[in-house]
Amino acid sequence: MLNYIIRRLLYAIPILVGVNLITFTLFFVVNTPDDMARMHLGTKHVTEEAIWKWKQEHGYNKPLLYDQAAHGIEKLTNTIFFEKSVSMFVFDFGRADDGRDIAHEIRSRMGPSLAIALPVFLLGLLVYITFALVMVFFRMTYVDFWGVVLCVVLMSISSLFYIIAGQFLVGKLWHLVPISGYSSGLDTLRFLLLPVIVGVISSAGANTRWYRTLFLEEINKEYVRTARAKGLSENIVLFRHVLRNAMIPILTGAVVVIPLLFLGGLITESFFGIPGLGSYTIDAIQSQDFAVVRAMVFLGSLLYISAQSPAGIVIFPTVDISKSIFQTKLNRETEHTRCAHFELNVKPQYAFQ
Amino acid sequence: MKKNWIQTIYAIGLFIPCLILTGCSDIWNNPYPASESGKNILYNAFVERPKHLDPVQSYSSNEIQFTAQIYQPPLQYHFLKRPLTLIPQTASKMPTVSYLDSHGMELPADASDTDIAYSVYEITIKPDILYQPHPAFAQDNNGNLRYHTLTLQDIQALQKISDFEHTGTRELIADDFIYQIKRLAHPRLHSPIFGLMADYIVGLREYADTLRNQDKTQPGNSFLDLRDFPLSGVERVDDYTYRIRIQGKYPQFVYWLTMAFFAPVPWEVDHFFSQPGMAEKNFTLDWYPVGTGPYMLTENNPNQIMVLERNPNFKGEYYPDEGMPEDVTNGLLRDANKPLPFVDKIVFSREKESIPYWNKFLQGYYDASGISSDSFDQAVQITGQGEATITEEMEAQGIRLGTEVAPSTYYMGFNMLDPVVGGRTPAEKAAARKLRQAISITVNYEEFLTIFANGRGIAAQGPIPPGIEGYHEGETGINPIVYEWRNGEAQRKSIKRAQTLLAEAGYPGGISRKTGKPLVLYYDVTARGADDRSMLDWMRMQFQKLNIQLVIRSTDYNRFQDKIRKGNAQIFEWGWNADYPDPENFLFLLYGPQRKVDNSGENAANYDNAEYNRLFELMKNMEHGPQRIQIIDRMVAILREDAPWLWGYHPKIFALYHTWYQNVKPNRMAYNTIKYYRIDPELRDRKRHEWNAPVIWPIATGIVLLTIILLPAWITYRRKEQRRILQSE
Repeated sequence: MLNYIIRRLLYAIPILVGVNLITFTLFFVVNTPDDMARMHLGTKHVTEEAIWKWKQEHGYNKPLLYDQAAHGIEKLTNTIFFEKSVSMFVFDFGRADDGRDIAHEIRSRMGPSLAIALPVFLLGLLVYITFALVMVFFRMTYVDFWGVVLCVVLMSISSLFYIIAGQFLVGKLWHLVPISGYSSGLDTLRFLLLPVIVGVISSAGANTRWYRTLFLEEINKEYVRTARAKGLSENIVLFRHVLRNAMIPILTGAVVVIPLLFLGGLITESFFGIPGLGSYTIDAIQSQDFAVVRAMVFLGSLLYISAQSPAGIVIFPTVDISKSIFQTKLNRETEHTRCAHFELNVKPQYAFQ
Repeated sequence: MKKNWIQTIYAIGLFIPCLILTGCSDIWNNPYPASESGKNILYNAFVERPKHLDPVQSYSSNEIQFTAQIYQPPLQYHFLKRPLTLIPQTASKMPTVSYLDSHGMELPADASDTDIAYSVYEITIKPDILYQPHPAFAQDNNGNLRYHTLTLQDIQALQKISDFEHTGTRELIADDFIYQIKRLAHPRLHSPIFGLMADYIVGLREYADTLRNQDKTQPGNSFLDLRDFPLSGVERVDDYTYRIRIQGKYPQFVYWLTMAFFAPVPWEVDHFFSQPGMAEKNFTLDWYPVGTGPYMLTENNPNQIMVLERNPNFKGEYYPDEGMPEDVTNGLLRDANKPLPFVDKIVFSREKESIPYWNKFLQGYYDASGISSDSFDQAVQITGQGEATITEEMEAQGIRLGTEVAPSTYYMGFNMLDPVVGGRTPAEKAAARKLRQAISITVNYEEFLTIFANGRGIAAQGPIPPGIEGYHEGETGINPIVYEWRNGEAQRKSIKRAQTLLAEAGYPGGISRKTGKPLVLYYDVTARGADDRSMLDWMRMQFQKLNIQLVIRSTDYNRFQDKIRKGNAQIFEWGWNADYPDPENFLFLLYGPQRKVDNSGENAANYDNAEYNRLFELMKNMEHGPQRIQIIDRMVAILREDAPWLWGYHPKIFALYHTWYQNVKPNRMAYNTIKYYRIDPELRDRKRHEWNAPVIWPIATGIVLLTIILLPAWITYRRKEQRRILQSE
């Protein structure tokens, strides 16, 4: 197992190098170091001398990927790509092109991003599962039918609409919460309420339908019939048996999403004035701040790779552990249900005897 | 047990929103802490985070809106007088200028430009001006600077500048201004005006070389003490007087003395921030400005909020007691001679999107707002006479409208190096001029402003916007190539005239006489979204009136700039915001030696007219007055005839102010005007309560509706649960 984890960790290195290389290439296809310098020096009175000085100070005065004039290994190492990439593998993100510490920015912005994304994620899971279970519980009734219709309606509307409508109704017309902004401490909750509700509602349609499908698939399985035959209430059948079995695909999806929560939501953060990571990358692209772009892409890739591989155990232990707990419990439960199934199959035979 | 667990989750889910809402004060949607209610605070917003707050680097308006309140350069613009007038700020009087010949001998004031080798500006500052409290000035009991020998461990324990226990101050002296001028050439700073100033301030370019060489001998980012390196162009006379020596004559230099580039920076502050470990904590002058101005930055979180608070050491500046005649009727002189500033604190919140900004303004949470095109109809109505007034809805809220034509110009330029629109031989050039004139008549900027800018702008008659010397109102001010004066107003010439000119240019009916092919022109624009497509379609249609095919070449801003630099564009659009209110700052955009191609200047059209260049050189050094205006008029006439630009338009800025926001007079040049503003916090508080009472019924209705929907289902469920398996029993 250890060998396997080490092997997967080693796989991550070429992937990260590759991602870094692609980011680097794409960025510099669009922006030359001269463009970056011009963007940072402003549009007025920019001289060639100032551009040269800026490039020299920020280390953009070297060849991009290959230094023809250098000798030996320096042909590769005396380049912008090498010098800017190596430090990231030891998590030294350096300074943004405006001189500010990127790690400090990421640390300070991660909190607000998570403050929105985590409640949306957790509350969303709760709401979507509940909504889906209610529809499954009342399947083939008006609740199920109109529930699906509602889901389709919710799915068909752009997330931007929910934000604007939410701000208009809840903030502007009803004056219930601030339209936008952010604060610290408990006061933050007032600012988070609307974006969290909007976040949950905007994804409700698609997720609820997906969970409903999962539950419907489960509800027709034999162990459910067995549980019912045992005389368990529909409530217990759904919440104890069906929900647990359906949690496997749900959790698999969640593990992929969790690392991305750190990176925040662009539109939500922008409209609600949340100082998170979501807009950090876009701001950096707009201002041609390559230092920030490569740091954010690197971080995103790392989080994704970590979550996708057993290496995620190192970074996201709680998720994997919770998943394994679920799996263990589920195995026990399934075992128990199988036994009950066996008993049910056997008992009538005795009765006939 | 399991059921309890699930119920607990649901209970928490319902409880938290209730807790949040019930925990608020009587206004639930107030984005500010309840403790700020009724306080003398100005609420403002910023869209883009400032990149630089170091006065040697900050240049864009989103940076200057902060630095202008903190730093005090020697001069400033009068708050009320128009046209804009310079007055002393930290200077005790306006600078005196003397002229020297190449041997350093003083010349009379009326000496000819050719004799003047140097201009010397002598600036005397007021005594007793103190810096804001700052740890860089803090002294121990022995009078030594307390925080100038910090170790890495000392710094490690600190998170923000307010974590320093002690602060101090000291008096502003002339050396601080000299220190800042030297910082323009600092090898680790990138002053956007270094290149420009190096052409004027004597010895500045060589000084940069000296500092660069010295910097190479020093370790890393260690303190480069500029006091050890004299700059020949700057001289200290005494504690309160210094001189700046300028190459030749440059009357526009005084305008630069209103900008933070020439504000004082004390060496202590530079040394304090240069200590090892400071930059890693973002303790830099770029992050924590230190000045003598009315406000000091007390919270710097550019992702969310920036807070300026009254500088307790600021004194000695008063509200002006004279202005324009209309200022009396507008109540702008009610506070005459009262000490400044009026507002205690300014809270800038980051608002990236216009919709939340606008809605919060309407709720009273921002004191002023611009008008986006989305909300224009809600805010402004145009009267039958074409005058913009506030709508009844806004008027009911007591909101006022302020308008001002910005000292800016947006134009469509022709690349004069292009063979079609610029021409190469004299005959080609003459034909190309007629082509440009024809297009100038055809592209109807009045229509453009009505359709795409809600009328917020005026069609330009030349490069000089209103409010700048050389701009003329009425018949004398019209561009005779494009307009004619009829019925008391400027009317665009007919399309027939344009067609005639086009035919004279060799393209009758839009067909080249030489090749027999339709005339195709190329319009370079920066990459546009779907919203701008209609604007480009409109532009295509304008050219279509002359049967000219306009091909839009859309590209990103980098490539666009590259094309302009290399002279590869044919027709392009660009704009210019003035640095200072002098026609030189607009007319130099078409000065030959400022050509983009070859000279990397600001003349994007690469226009080069010998007579115009000669007049420009004459005009730029002249004192204000009728003689100068005469020359400007001749220059503008040449430009109108040559038409290197479609003169485009000068944008009109519309701003809205709440009734409690007083002493506001728009001024697009001066940014240090917050000190004049006054707020009535009690009125604002009353209005906020009036406008923002929470509406509860939607929550109650929602709960009732949910219950009505789910109740039958719940009843069905309970019945189903209680139903016996064997009904027959």
